[in-house]
Amino acid sequence: MLILIQLVLNPLTNDQLTNDKNLKIMPKIKLSENTIQIIKDACKQFDNKESELINVLHAVQGKLGYLPAEVQEIIASELNMSVAKIYGVVTFYSFFTMIPQGEFPISICMGTACYVRGAEQVLAELKRRLKIEVGQTTPDGKFSLSSLRCVGACGLAPVVMVGEKVYGRVSPQQIKEIIEEYQEEKAC
Amino acid sequence: MSNYKMNVLICGGTGCKAAESANIQARFKNILEEKSLEDEVQVIMTGCFGFCEQGPIVKILPDNTFYVRVTPSDIEEIVMEHFIKGRPVERLLYKDPKTKESVPATKGMDFYKKQLRIALRNCGFINPERIEEYIARDGYLALATCLTEKTPAEVIGEIKESGLRGRGGGGFPTGLKWELTAKSVSDKKYVVCNADEGDPGAFMDRSILEGDPHSVIEAMAICGYCIGADEGVVYIRAEYPLAIERLKIAIKQARESGLLGKNIFGTEFNFDIELRYGAGAFVCGEETALIHSMEGLRGEPTFKPPFPSQEGYMKKPTNVNNVETFANVPVIINKGASWFNKIGTEKSKGTKVFALAGKINNVGLIEVPMGTTLREVIYEIGGGIKDGKEFKSVQTGGPSGGCLTKKFLDTPIDYDNLIAAGSMMGSGGMIVMDEDDCMVSIAKFYLEFTLEESCGKCSPCRIGNKRLHEILDKITQGKGKEEDIERLQELSHVIKDTSLCGLGQSSPNPVLSTILNFRDEYLAHVKDGKCPAGQCKAMLKYTINEENCTGCTLCFRNCPVGAITGERRAPHFIDQALCIKCGVCYEKCKFDAVKLA
Repeated sequence: MLILIQLVLNPLTNDQLTNDKNLKIMPKIKLSENTIQIIKDACKQFDNKESELINVLHAVQGKLGYLPAEVQEIIASELNMSVAKIYGVVTFYSFFTMIPQGEFPISICMGTACYVRGAEQVLAELKRRLKIEVGQTTPDGKFSLSSLRCVGACGLAPVVMVGEKVYGRVSPQQIKEIIEEYQEEKAC
Repeated sequence: MSNYKMNVLICGGTGCKAAESANIQARFKNILEEKSLEDEVQVIMTGCFGFCEQGPIVKILPDNTFYVRVTPSDIEEIVMEHFIKGRPVERLLYKDPKTKESVPATKGMDFYKKQLRIALRNCGFINPERIEEYIARDGYLALATCLTEKTPAEVIGEIKESGLRGRGGGGFPTGLKWELTAKSVSDKKYVVCNADEGDPGAFMDRSILEGDPHSVIEAMAICGYCIGADEGVVYIRAEYPLAIERLKIAIKQARESGLLGKNIFGTEFNFDIELRYGAGAFVCGEETALIHSMEGLRGEPTFKPPFPSQEGYMKKPTNVNNVETFANVPVIINKGASWFNKIGTEKSKGTKVFALAGKINNVGLIEVPMGTTLREVIYEIGGGIKDGKEFKSVQTGGPSGGCLTKKFLDTPIDYDNLIAAGSMMGSGGMIVMDEDDCMVSIAKFYLEFTLEESCGKCSPCRIGNKRLHEILDKITQGKGKEEDIERLQELSHVIKDTSLCGLGQSSPNPVLSTILNFRDEYLAHVKDGKCPAGQCKAMLKYTINEENCTGCTLCFRNCPVGAITGERRAPHFIDQALCIKCGVCYEKCKFDAVKLA
């Protein structure tokens, strides 16, 4: 779908990967010509200027879904800067991710308003049902779990988002139903 | 709007959009077409009305009927009854919680009565995607006045006299900031609008950009004229797609109308605005960090001086103001500094927008004059505490602020009073907490946030906050000791004194203010091994009292993790290894059989 990248996974388990999400062990990825062109085009769109790095990263992540090391290497050569510097920026900002998102990315708002209205219990239930931690993706690639800061729908607290769809006033009991809604789509 | 007999204003803020306001709009259009009313009734998606608790909100003009919690299935009834037969749909009107009577218009609602809307003046009144509607409400008049009748120094003088202070947190006098940047000599200067609203629970900047983007564009141009800049940059969170879209539309329309670009209003003044996207880093709210992020770098703060007014974006003098600050500027120019500085308290002029949330009946976005008391905000506008519970604390200022108790309820809210009370204004988040909230857990919650957001540059913030969090975690696990409280305080002061930027300097505030105001609660955790609010799960244990249990299976059916077992009409049992301590069984049991120890 989003991910145009052909993954050639080395024999690492998903657990190893996600436990060490910050790159110590990353799968080797071979980028297709098409993907490389997408990255180059994104750099060119901003005149290959170093000062436009964050805009470039936004553009590339918007197209590919995530920013693995191999993608950063191409950006580095296009913008004529060090990979280390790009890695520094990617890992600094929470919006950028180096691991692929699930087909249905689930995010839970952990803003204060949602927190005092029970977001923590909802998150615990999500983790328990999906058997993953925040920042991880389920082994089947179906769901990924992330926590975000305020989405600004405090009137609906606590808020859970699946993709773009917003679920308001969520209780731990509803989680089963919400997850099943998306699991069924697979069956169809 | 004049060609139409009626206007339907649908709230298009993020909160209401999440609750289906787009479907409501589509439904209105369909049904109006069906009834051939599309030329008589105009449907407009506006910015936030503020009353998020009651969303999605639909307002009908000219009669000002205010419908709350509207769903797409209600639309047909509104069209048939209200538009065709002229009778408002009673069941969708707001009911006053005290009198239980319907209140058809906003002016009769307690939520709106005490508010004074300056920064939010157009939110919910205009279609933010049409520049004509902004202009019809005196839009760009202030810019025209400044460019054609006033010198930059006169405008700066007006802003200084108004007493406007930065609404993003610090409260630095806006006029003075403009003056400092104006005095810097350079061939190029920049105006930056800080729209990287990172405070969890605060969403006023986003609502202003979604509901009234032109007010910010106009104010940035005025600032550019004053300081001698021809380029403006809005640094906005990438997580705000709707605000970005509306801002883009507004900038495009302003350019087409000649209100941005070259020779604005036929003068020598040129000004244009571009967007830069944040990528989720709270520390980028700090000026120097924000500027580094705009340059494509890690958003780490650097030492001041040099101040951005001397050396900022691209090493050029830069004036950074927050969205809400800018939104006040056109009104000050139009109505005069002497009008503005009569509102508020001695040292804090004008109004402040607060995002009221948490355990309160009327969650929403409110704007009140400085000097309004917390009691007025919480009990009159906010409608009191949810479910009739007891007020415990109100947290202001986000992760940099503090928790205030009952004794501060009658304190007039302004920058200085909040600091004196051990908290701060911050960007205007106001989270209300009740008796069920554990203050140690709240302090831990904020520390978790700071830990994640600390950029890691200074050791006191990077390591110190981690240690603070560990101690708090120990306390909430029931393993704390009495001396831990002193250690928390000591460490907090070191972090405050030795961190470089505002993030580190203020990160221990939630810890210090909760220890100051809720020491008993800390002591209960460390001395008695109890969490008085019953929130620290490690200290909780749910059990079923066999004598009271009738075996109705209600707890069994509601337990989300299947931890409860038992036969029908026989006492049930909770498996402690499976129990996640969510408390559902405790809430559901009708026979008082579930006990909390």
